[in-house]
Amino acid sequence: MDLNYAALLPEILLAVAGILLMLAIPVLPSRQQVRLGYAASLALAAALVTALLQWGDHGPAFFGMVSMDALGGAARILFLVSSAAVALISVSYLKRERLRHGEYFPLLLMATVGMSLMAVSADLIMTFLGLEILSISSYVLAGYRRGDPRSNESALKYFLLGAFSTAFMLYGIALLYGAAGSTKYAGIAEAATQGQAETATFLLGLGLLLVGFGFKAALAPLHVWTPDVYQGAPVPITAHLAVGSKAAVLITLLRLLHQVFPASADQWQTLLWIASAATMIIGNVAALTQTDVKRLLAYSSIAHAGYILLGVIANSPRGAQGVLFYLAAYSLMTLGAFAVVQVFARREERFTKLEDFRGIGYRHPLLSVSLTIFLLSLIGIPPTAGFYGKLFLFSAAVEADLVALVILAVLASAVGLYYYLQLIVLMFMKEAASPPEPVPVPLAARIVILLMAAGTLYLGVYPAQVLSIAGEAAGL
Amino acid sequence: MIGPNHYLFLSAIVFTIGAVGVLTRRNVIIIFMSIELMLNAVNLNLIAFSAHLQDLAGQVFVVFVITVAAAEAAVGLGIVIALFRNRETINMDEIDLMRG
Repeated sequence: MDLNYAALLPEILLAVAGILLMLAIPVLPSRQQVRLGYAASLALAAALVTALLQWGDHGPAFFGMVSMDALGGAARILFLVSSAAVALISVSYLKRERLRHGEYFPLLLMATVGMSLMAVSADLIMTFLGLEILSISSYVLAGYRRGDPRSNESALKYFLLGAFSTAFMLYGIALLYGAAGSTKYAGIAEAATQGQAETATFLLGLGLLLVGFGFKAALAPLHVWTPDVYQGAPVPITAHLAVGSKAAVLITLLRLLHQVFPASADQWQTLLWIASAATMIIGNVAALTQTDVKRLLAYSSIAHAGYILLGVIANSPRGAQGVLFYLAAYSLMTLGAFAVVQVFARREERFTKLEDFRGIGYRHPLLSVSLTIFLLSLIGIPPTAGFYGKLFLFSAAVEADLVALVILAVLASAVGLYYYLQLIVLMFMKEAASPPEPVPVPLAARIVILLMAAGTLYLGVYPAQVLSIAGEAAGL
Repeated sequence: MIGPNHYLFLSAIVFTIGAVGVLTRRNVIIIFMSIELMLNAVNLNLIAFSAHLQDLAGQVFVVFVITVAAAEAAVGLGIVIALFRNRETINMDEIDLMRG
């Protein structure tokens, strides 16, 4: 066990790139600042290449603070792809909204470092640090439209509830440390098998840790902050919060529960069962009455976290495989949907009401057809990624005897059918209310939309390859 | 004789005071102070366990928690200032532009 810098090469690369970009801000003339976005995208691409080359590496590094395995490797690739897509749709967004490019991209890179560190962490200290690097960068990014009171409000709510939940999580970690005598995953798992799992301190610690993660992953009833924060944040950052940030929290939760706390499975399964049911129901029912598309997608992302919990509760490698495949599918379709919303919203995000999408179907075929693909995938209709995602998740859950919860999930997704279809109907079957206004689609955003649509269809037609990668990561 | 349990009780009390403060106060700065109180209750807990277990990891963790709390304070106050410039209020009840 020693210091092994190479293991964290992608993270080190991103952190160094972030610092260099920050140093470049005062030197670059303001017209050249737009290049920072492309530099950040390049850094993410370089980190992605390194992460792909390191796929298959195993073993501890940094004195056991992190541990390389297939789960961490796969998660890291997912986060890098997600952040690269966010960076690409951000460049034109910042230019259009006349926002400074400067601090935005270093913060996005740092948030990515945090997500990656959470995924490869093998120690609660590291997990906490990764989560905070992610969270603190995200608080600032949520409030990046400084002149817009909605963005300020979004950042403030995110910050206060995020810090509040961090305190709960830390209290839980402190209690676990007291009960197990170690903050290392392995040490806690070992203490749990030696009878500590039954003590009140240990169980209270686990419960508080789950409360913290529940807040961050927006699980009901701890989801109340999500719609406001997602609605007020800049669209690319909403995508980052709904995809990268949420995936990082859910994968860390998966690793902790499956690898560190299997001895307490009965307790956390009961808790998560209730949370999953509540999350699916509340997310889908509340989405029915929304009139703003960002808010609608916020509730949709809450509901999807509820489905993903099914695979966590299953507590089996098949469940974990389902979670990872679903996260890949969910990332593609959600990033794509937000990319379309980003382009369609136009200056100052004026067009984010559902009514604004009325009749755009034939006027903007690229946007409307790709958005339709993403929405169909979110519903779970073949041949899209969402269909196989739900199939693998639900079948893993049935194998684990979670039949009641699966029935609930199917009913909840049937409710989801209504609000997703409503948007498609608005786009294609209603007359436009106002005279047409041009919607410029910048090249980078167009590439992201097309790639995400292609990925969504690819996973819906040939799921085998990604499924086998997810299986390897889940230890099948 | 003061044992680890005394510290744990004190920490639990301080944490509860902080949590109640977050939930009942409406002034953003006071909510913020309450969160700091909660974090310091955790620090107390970690140090008590660290001393009890004769293990240094807990004390190292405290240093990280303090650092993160400082970073959070910097970002949080920045957000409050940005909000105050636009809205001229730091009362949580008036910060509700988004509904639905």
